[in-house]
Amino acid sequence: MAISDVREYMHLTEEQVEELGRELDQIREEVEASRGADDAAYINRLIRIQRGLAAAARVTLMVTPHSRKTRVPGAVLGASLLGLAKILENMEIGHNVMHGQWDWMNDPEIHSSNWEWDTAQPAEQWKHSHNYVHHQFTNVLGYDNDIGYGILRMAREQRWNPANLGQPVYNALLATLFQWGVALHDLDVEKIRKLEKDPAEMKRQLKQIVRKGRNQILKDYVVYPALSGPQWRTTLKANATANLTRNLWSYVIIFCGHFPDGAMHFTEEEIEDETRAEWYLRQILGAANFEGGELLHILSGNLGYQIEHHLFPDLPSNRYGQISVRVRELCAKYDIPYTIGPLHQQYGQALRTIIKLSVPNSWTSDDKPPQPPAKPDAPEAPPVDKGRKSDAERPPRRSELGAWSRGKQAS
Amino acid sequence: MAGAGTKVRSAARVVPWERVRRAGSKLTTPLHPDDYLRLVNPLWSQRELRGRIEQVVPETDDAATLVIRPGWGWRFDHRPGQYVGIGIPVDGTFQWRSYSISSAPKRSGRTIAITVRAMPEGLLSTHLVKGLEPGTIVRLAAPEGDFVLPDPPPAKMLFLVGGSGVTPVMAMLRTMERRGQLRGADGEEGVDVVMHYSSPTPERMIFADELQRLADEHAGLTLHRLHTDTDGMLDLGHDEGGIDSFCPDWRERQTYACGPGPMLDSITEFFSSHDLEDQLHLERFTLQLGGEGGEGGTITFRNSGKTIDADGATTVLEAGESAGVGMPYGCRMGICHTCTLTLVEGRVRDLRNGDEFDQHNEQVQTCVTAAVGDCTFDI
Repeated sequence: MAISDVREYMHLTEEQVEELGRELDQIREEVEASRGADDAAYINRLIRIQRGLAAAARVTLMVTPHSRKTRVPGAVLGASLLGLAKILENMEIGHNVMHGQWDWMNDPEIHSSNWEWDTAQPAEQWKHSHNYVHHQFTNVLGYDNDIGYGILRMAREQRWNPANLGQPVYNALLATLFQWGVALHDLDVEKIRKLEKDPAEMKRQLKQIVRKGRNQILKDYVVYPALSGPQWRTTLKANATANLTRNLWSYVIIFCGHFPDGAMHFTEEEIEDETRAEWYLRQILGAANFEGGELLHILSGNLGYQIEHHLFPDLPSNRYGQISVRVRELCAKYDIPYTIGPLHQQYGQALRTIIKLSVPNSWTSDDKPPQPPAKPDAPEAPPVDKGRKSDAERPPRRSELGAWSRGKQAS
Repeated sequence: MAGAGTKVRSAARVVPWERVRRAGSKLTTPLHPDDYLRLVNPLWSQRELRGRIEQVVPETDDAATLVIRPGWGWRFDHRPGQYVGIGIPVDGTFQWRSYSISSAPKRSGRTIAITVRAMPEGLLSTHLVKGLEPGTIVRLAAPEGDFVLPDPPPAKMLFLVGGSGVTPVMAMLRTMERRGQLRGADGEEGVDVVMHYSSPTPERMIFADELQRLADEHAGLTLHRLHTDTDGMLDLGHDEGGIDSFCPDWRERQTYACGPGPMLDSITEFFSSHDLEDQLHLERFTLQLGGEGGEGGTITFRNSGKTIDADGATTVLEAGESAGVGMPYGCRMGICHTCTLTLVEGRVRDLRNGDEFDQHNEQVQTCVTAAVGDCTFDI
């Protein structure tokens, strides 16, 4: 069972939760006020380095295969540079730009509304499935499709099915083909399985994915190999290696964000009528950090600061390090768990969960931190009117969003 | 400004640059070739129009002319009198202002010139006048504005100019001079221009020397100067120093006025009291606030054609929803940026921290902002 009442578990009163929310708001305000030329220089420099790496990789792979001497070292170098460029683009640049972390610069070339990243998924669909669904409904069972991506059983609360026996294999496939898994993510496999998906919308999304995916495949597997002439095979292999490297790396980083043992899952009831402070609290409890040096953090898009990223998804990533110091202090002050460990440990725990949950719950033990005993005499808390509209009072949430869908709406 | 790259196209070029770009983008997808080329030379990109400051020419103590070399995508086809947007990063954020182009349009041109006066409270104008080094890369927006010299120009014109309002008029005069349209000597064919130029002091008069030269060389240009610090403001209806004293035939002329708001207000009033508003053409270069007190206002949703009056506490998102606009939204709490829309015009306030956004075509989060005066959104 998911934890029945987040606040009770934390032994925090409603006032304490609100106070925590205010302190986090304070951090946000301070960071927002201090954004400036140095931050702008950081992202601009990173973009310059990333594009330089990509260009160097492509040129290396075009030139070096033609000599027997340089073919192998050139391919290794080219693939490494290209893999590195793709990782930087996807993690520290693309993901964070699309979160709106750099929108404050008012530069249309580095803006969430029109950034397109170097991977198969169209940016519009990512902004819906990730920025909205995943960040709003973080780790809420039945809402957040990032819990197992509709393929893996990642929470003991999810019902076991014999198909789950194949999880270790699905997991290996997902890691290898990660960019394609992500590309299909917003289609919402779960919804399609339940036949709840609007066919017209699915068709539109698929069309968009095909268009983007086709360009990506053409670039890496047709155009650049063709430019290497008779040595096209070398370039093709190097490009495939670069894509694979990026896939494996981003898979590992993303699985470290919410699947280590300390990260909790939540139920639909818990988020009903949730205040902003409670949302903050859920973000801290639902995410996990990993430790590392500056380079590791940049290569992982600063997602080692997953907790900070979930608290402030649209603050510049280069600030998460300094924010994390203050968030840890707050967690200590309010006695809230702050999940952190080395990268290998965090990924190891996620992998263990994948394997354990491929079989029924009764065969394995739970690795989640133990729940405190429920207070038997705790009175049923009366519902508090927090002055927010409930979902029923609002117009229905739009299932597809962003510029590409707006054409249809403008009537 | 998505799609700025496709905005500017030229069919008359010998090399089909658009096709080269499209072919190149197969190599750089999902980026444009320009995204890489601009790292080699900042001007080699037409995703966003760019320009390099070539020269900063001081005009007076507080005004300077910036000579800018535009990059790819600039067409040099602005009409005399139009203005351009110029964007420079201040503390990491691009700030935009519009300034009239003072140079004459020239298809073979390599540069444009804008003349900027540092305003006492204008952070950006001060920075442009005093802080810009030659070599700085700025962003540009395509020329705009209806305050333009007709082609061919009217036979008789009157310019009423105040302060740095001289810049669009200067572009008109230079254009007429270059095209030989300004009457050279008495008895010749050509346009007849009377110009009344108000400036606080002789020292602060921008383009004073050039205007003098133009007046000396052309019988068709009559120049009247007014130094408002010593002689008081222009009063068109006044018996002495009024419009009848320096331009008795003003009723037969097309009048172009550019200057500070109060000056333009009084000119408008004067012309409408004589029922001659049709002959008056105005350029305002000061911001006009729509709403009383600056809280709330009428929000216009441009594409759907819907409007709604919203108070200062209603978010743009909520207002749009009650107007029946299909507003995109996600978290409704300023996190996911799904609701981000283009603010075409007007000003909104971020309800979380009081920040105000009023840049032309700025991207704003509708779920946490409210209107400050009238504003228009692109949806």
